Amino acid sequence: MPQQLTTPDHASNSDIVFHIRGLTKRYQMGEVQVDALRGIDLDLYRGEFTVLLGASGSGKSTLLNILGGLDTPTLGNVGYGNHDLTHASEAELTEYRRHHVGFVFQFYNLIPSLTALENIAVVTEIAKSPMKPREALELVGLGNRVDHFPAQLSGGEQQRVAIARAIAKQPQVLLCDEPTGALDSKTGIVVLEALQRVNRELGTTTAVITHNAGIAQMADRVIHLTDGLISQAYTNESPISPDQLSW
Amino acid sequence: MKAMDKKLWREFQGMRMQALAIAMVIGSGVAIFIMSLSALDSLYETRERYYRNHHFSHIFASLKRAPLALVTHIEAIPGIDKIETRVVSYVTLDIGGFDEPVSAHLLSLPSHGAGLLNQLYLRQGRLAEPGRDNEIVVNEKFAQAHGLRSGDQLAATINGRRKTLTIVGLALSPEYIYQIAPGALFPDYKRYGVLWMSRKPLASAYNMDGGFNMVTVTLRKDSNQQDVIDHLDNILEPYGGIGAIAREDQLSHRFLAAELEQLKTMATVFPVIFFAVAAFLLNVVISRLINLQREQIAVLKAFGYSSIEVAIHYSKLVLMIVSVGVLGGIGAGVWMGKGLSNLYTEFFSFPFMIFVLKPQVIIAATVMSVGVAIFGTLYSVHRAVKLPPAQGMRPEQPVLYHRTLVERLRLQRWFSQPTRMIMRHIERRPIKSLLTVIGISLASAIIMMSGFQKGAIDYMIDVQYGISQKEDMIAIYTEPTSARALYSLRSIPGVEYVEGFRIVPVKLRFEHRSYRTTINGIPPQSKLMRLLDTELNVVEVPPQGLVLTEYLAERLKVKPGEMIEVEILEGKRSVIQVPLIGTAKQYLGSNAYMRLSALNRALKEGNATSGARLKVDKQSQQQIYAALKEIPRIAGVVEQRSSIRMFYDTMAKNILFFTGITTLLGAVIAFGVVYNSMRIALSERSRELASLRVLGFRNSEITYILLGEFALLTLMAIPLGWLLGYGLSAYMAFQIDTDLYRVPLILNQDVYAFSALVVIMSAIISSLMIWRNLIQLDMVAVLKTRE
Ligand SMILES: Nc1ncnc2c1ncn2[C@@H]1O[C@H](COP(=O)(O)OP(=O)(O)OP(=O)(O)O)[C@@H](O)[C@H]1O
Ligand SMILES: [Mg+2]
Repeated sequence: MPQQLTTPDHASNSDIVFHIRGLTKRYQMGEVQVDALRGIDLDLYRGEFTVLLGASGSGKSTLLNILGGLDTPTLGNVGYGNHDLTHASEAELTEYRRHHVGFVFQFYNLIPSLTALENIAVVTEIAKSPMKPREALELVGLGNRVDHFPAQLSGGEQQRVAIARAIAKQPQVLLCDEPTGALDSKTGIVVLEALQRVNRELGTTTAVITHNAGIAQMADRVIHLTDGLISQAYTNESPISPDQLSW
Repeated sequence: MKAMDKKLWREFQGMRMQALAIAMVIGSGVAIFIMSLSALDSLYETRERYYRNHHFSHIFASLKRAPLALVTHIEAIPGIDKIETRVVSYVTLDIGGFDEPVSAHLLSLPSHGAGLLNQLYLRQGRLAEPGRDNEIVVNEKFAQAHGLRSGDQLAATINGRRKTLTIVGLALSPEYIYQIAPGALFPDYKRYGVLWMSRKPLASAYNMDGGFNMVTVTLRKDSNQQDVIDHLDNILEPYGGIGAIAREDQLSHRFLAAELEQLKTMATVFPVIFFAVAAFLLNVVISRLINLQREQIAVLKAFGYSSIEVAIHYSKLVLMIVSVGVLGGIGAGVWMGKGLSNLYTEFFSFPFMIFVLKPQVIIAATVMSVGVAIFGTLYSVHRAVKLPPAQGMRPEQPVLYHRTLVERLRLQRWFSQPTRMIMRHIERRPIKSLLTVIGISLASAIIMMSGFQKGAIDYMIDVQYGISQKEDMIAIYTEPTSARALYSLRSIPGVEYVEGFRIVPVKLRFEHRSYRTTINGIPPQSKLMRLLDTELNVVEVPPQGLVLTEYLAERLKVKPGEMIEVEILEGKRSVIQVPLIGTAKQYLGSNAYMRLSALNRALKEGNATSGARLKVDKQSQQQIYAALKEIPRIAGVVEQRSSIRMFYDTMAKNILFFTGITTLLGAVIAFGVVYNSMRIALSERSRELASLRVLGFRNSEITYILLGEFALLTLMAIPLGWLLGYGLSAYMAFQIDTDLYRVPLILNQDVYAFSALVVIMSAIISSLMIWRNLIQLDMVAVLKTRE
């Protein structure tokens, strides 16, 4: 009964942000086929903070990329509100990414020729109601690194710039691929607090991939992926605040 | 400034050197294009302006003698604007310090001032005073060839009487831009001159008081040229008129037009090829540059930038680079165009030069450059945005491993690990490697195309005047003379062999096509004038019928066996039918040939000759000249070989300028392409190479991996470049097919060697420049950030 497992009983249908059915992603690599996702059914709700767990290669990034409109499924359907992401045109996907989604990439993907501040400005300049880029940097504790180029930042600092960049446009959906992977517990907590604040204050639907099972304690819902399928999903009745996390 | 624009600006600065190299490639193309076309337009405009300002006539008619009163009849011809009559004679000159006979046209000056038509442009001194029988104005080129200035003297035999004349001025004339003796193929400024003298004494000397033997006219805009010519011929017929000719057939104009036509092919075909190559290379370089940005494009797309915004963003970058190239190219092109125009102005002795830069030329160059660059950009951006961003952002997939040919053949133990990496890399990305090879070889091909002309011209002259024509000098009679006169030539001490020939101006007609040329009558088994085929075998002129230059036969579309209508343009002006028997290959001129006896029979002239070819003992050359001067019927001596040498020595300056510049810019393009390819290869592989460094590879080893691959590609590009260069040169040679000359496809070894040398030098210099970046690879930074 995966259907039942993935639907928390407190939510109503009108609150569904992502509506995922039979999502399959198959990569063709020469002779070899890789099934990254093998028929996922999942609904994500407005304002929900979801944590995605799973072994390396289980398909977490693939799922998140499809939710963010960065990739297209091989089979199945993904709905966002009343929009059908599976059949969206290139232009619709662009609009979707531009105005609805904030993304933190697993590999940060900062633009090397722009400073930390400018890396955020490049996104806020095309957003509808963004924060000030500097504010976003301060939120992740990088107020003193505004003029540094990516190459002059540590890995963790780059990751924080990537997070600031994602939250700066105050999106409706925030998708983070291992946002704290390179961070120590103290900075990690700062970052998670920032994410939670955006989630709480703006009602941003948030999905976070992590290898740190502890983080699951701050989630509204936790989903486990195994080999491209949801193996376990549960609702966390009493999410705790990041500073109480056991790292 | 917006963050995106900052990104642009910084990236532009970061790739300064590369941008410059790209700009140089397209800039060179633009420069050649603008130089050639502006020089061409300038020459045409200068000629037009010169003709207009100096009232160059539209129609020229020669006759025996007519009274001045006839002018009123001529004036009555509808369509005529201005008329001027004059007295013209052909004289021989004696110039101090120059042994050989010199012939000249002596023309009467208008009675007052500059006259109405064909006005002179005085370079120095003044016009001859009316009535003075010892003052002359001399054509500037002739004066220069002999170092004559105002105040100097020369002797002329005017109607049999020797007279000493004083030069009072040097002048240019629109009638003698191309100062060419009748019957000659090339100007010979030393042996043929043009002089002007007051009309009265000249007329008296020839018994022409109150008369004239030449009339020239200009036409009104609405007139019909052929009608006027027909009218004029009717009026002049009783006075010994030999047929009026239109400007198109006027000697100087005709040669100038052919020369400009020639230049036009050069100045359009060449730069278009050159430009196309530059544009292609620009496209390749830009495409690869954008490909490098694949990941960034994915990121921008992931943020919600639309494909169009991304395309505009990169187009701006490319535009910045291309603008630098185009602006630089226009500047250089204009500058060089002026230089080239000036050289030709001097060469053609125009009195002034009007530099013309048509906006269309600049617009065309700009639009094509920008168009090509933007096309390359859009295409590559399009390919990049087609991928879902998730895929574009992933670190590049480790490429599927194949064993190379070498490994399949189990030869790998003969190669070191780095060498195997080079071979695998080339085999894995065959398209990229191929594009690099094609780019470099195209660059070297245009260098060859630039260099091929010089050798071709040398060959052309060697064939014509080493194998085909073997005389030492040609003596020309004032009018057709009995073959018996040859005995007096044979009896001159030092003359080893004499062969008479006959030249008749004709108009050949086949179907609706016609061509004005000369028929050369040559004796059987001629030793001094031999027709050749493409393999340089002698083609014997048959006892009957015509042999045409291959080019002329093609132009008339006539095949052996078919009848050609021949209109004789002298004497009784009869029209006869002669069959075409065969063709001969000739690089210079477009003539017709007949057996001397057959020609004479056709002309019903008996045993007439126009002149003789002489083979002489070099030791007694001076005495021979002296003897020739004493023979009254001899109008002058032509020394084709030396006149052509002289012509090409002057011409060489222009050709050298042109090929010099195109070779230089070809080299610039080659460098630009090589440098860019290397630069891009470095960017593409810096992570890989830095990783190798981290794994303990030495600097020398990664240098070898990158540059070794390049050396291999460069070496492959050289023979391909030769092949392409040969092809392009062949195409050029094919295009430069005019009635003045056909260029044989001769590529000397030094042309091959030079193109290879430029490519190798470019590769070495680029390597040195790249090497500096290579040893400074920041291992930490490269591994930390992902670009
Ligand atoms: N572009 C691709 N081409 C081929 N296979 C791919 C591609 N992207 C992902 N895969 C494969 O799909 C599977 C799921 O990959 P995905 O990146 O979603 O894993 P993940 O759960 O995010 O792992 P990790 O925790 O290591 O980031 C993996 O086996 C991966 O090899
Ligand atoms: Mg992942």
